[in-house]
Amino acid sequence: MAVATLALTRYYQYRKAKNLVMMALTIFATVVTLTPLFLVLGYLLYKGASSINLAFFTRLPAPVGEVGGGMANAIVGTFELVILAALMGVPVGVGAGIYLAEHRGTRFANAVRFAADVMMGVPSIVVGIFAYAVVVRPMGGFSAIAGAVALATIMIPLVTRTTEEMVLLVPHELREASLALGVSRWRTTLSVVARTAMGGIMTGVILATARIAGETAPLLFTAFGNHFWSTSLKGPIASLPVQVYTYAISPFADWQRQAWAGALVLTAIVLALELGVRAVTGGQAKAPR
Amino acid sequence: MADKILVHHLTAWFGAVRAVHDIDMNIQDNNITAIIGPSGCGKSTFVRCLNRMHEVIVGARAEGEVLLDGENIYATEVDPVQVRRRIGMVFQKPTPFPTMSIEDNVAAGLKLNGITLGRSEKDQVVERCLKQAALWEEVKDRLRAHGGSLSGGQQQRLCVARALAVEPEVLLMDEPCSALDPISTARIEELLLELKANYTIVIVTHNMQQAARTADMTAFLYAGDLIEFGETRQIFTNPTRRETEDYITGRFG
Repeated sequence: MAVATLALTRYYQYRKAKNLVMMALTIFATVVTLTPLFLVLGYLLYKGASSINLAFFTRLPAPVGEVGGGMANAIVGTFELVILAALMGVPVGVGAGIYLAEHRGTRFANAVRFAADVMMGVPSIVVGIFAYAVVVRPMGGFSAIAGAVALATIMIPLVTRTTEEMVLLVPHELREASLALGVSRWRTTLSVVARTAMGGIMTGVILATARIAGETAPLLFTAFGNHFWSTSLKGPIASLPVQVYTYAISPFADWQRQAWAGALVLTAIVLALELGVRAVTGGQAKAPR
Repeated sequence: MADKILVHHLTAWFGAVRAVHDIDMNIQDNNITAIIGPSGCGKSTFVRCLNRMHEVIVGARAEGEVLLDGENIYATEVDPVQVRRRIGMVFQKPTPFPTMSIEDNVAAGLKLNGITLGRSEKDQVVERCLKQAALWEEVKDRLRAHGGSLSGGQQQRLCVARALAVEPEVLLMDEPCSALDPISTARIEELLLELKANYTIVIVTHNMQQAARTADMTAFLYAGDLIEFGETRQIFTNPTRRETEDYITGRFG
């Protein structure tokens, strides 16, 4: 009896030790994962915060050689581009996602899903080339529209796939309950299935918006960038990522400081969108019931 | 009593699997018909064929005739959506629409069918149906609360109210009490007996006492075949078929 008890205790201690080791490893992995995030945020704050002032948000870029100025046009431009892209991309993406979920297993749906997956893997610079070819060339110049098309192209597959996942989470019983009330198929899809998945779909849309807000490459030869005020859809338009890129590779110390500030503001916008999602969904990207 | 539904040679398939085989049955008006049988015998599939819900499942199809007041609901020119408005259904699992309040759940069938109700009309429909479903007293002070906030038994009665709001003639119930406790089950059974005055009810159940307590007619299905169909009292006290007797006495298999 005594031997059995002893063996049990030893085994218990072994289990406890194993638990401790594994716990330590997991904590270490978490720290390793989070360190770059906090380093980036901290360094951005350190380098960028000092250059942020009212002028940064209200003034246009200063001419070369002149100190000061701001990125007001780029901030507005980024919002314009993102909103335009969302207007183009969200309806297409949500519609395609609902289609994929509701017509699972058909050959066309499989083809669309495959295309969306491939599109997600396409490098963003290639998306920029695509928008250049289909919008910039025919229109004869860089434009906000071209930039928005590029961003929407990135957004569509993201929104499509998250929408599909969210719609699939809606229990089949709800769909049947609606059909059994004599409600037509399309009305069931729209008013019961999609509406139930709406929280999840919105989460996907906001996350996709946050993703495209920070894209630089697809804008380089579509929206191009602009040192002056422009909100015209048909003209080149400034955007934060491109402005940050241009300023960061410039030889002027003042521009480089402003690039840090721009990067900080851009990060803040993206972070705000993602925190917004967490606030709306109550701490996690909650699946619909 | 008149026959509300006549079933002729009904056979139902899931892909290549035959779930229901050549069933003939008559379901009488203002009556409760119970369908009993072991799991997988085709009870659910059979009732789902009665309002064309079977074909909603990919690969599922049905052959034969189901006459509702003499009209074949499987005729080519018949719209299954119209059939389902006349033959409502309540499922095993309570399924209130999670995005809607209690009152919106009740009115959902009307609203989603494009029928717009004024405020007072809606209030009337909601009150009438909730009263018919014996839920009104429990929820009248919180009609704007979410349907999901109710207990399981209340949710199931909410689903009954929702089905009644579109004013069907027949109510199909697919094991409506299997997820409920005995008290909620008793409420639903009382409700069935009240609804019988105005509706034709078909109830699928695993619970033989439930069939004995509520049903006027009982059908025993086994392996997709209709083994025996008759008055409930006769089925339970003096079954003509050996399989029926074995099943109701628990000697089955």
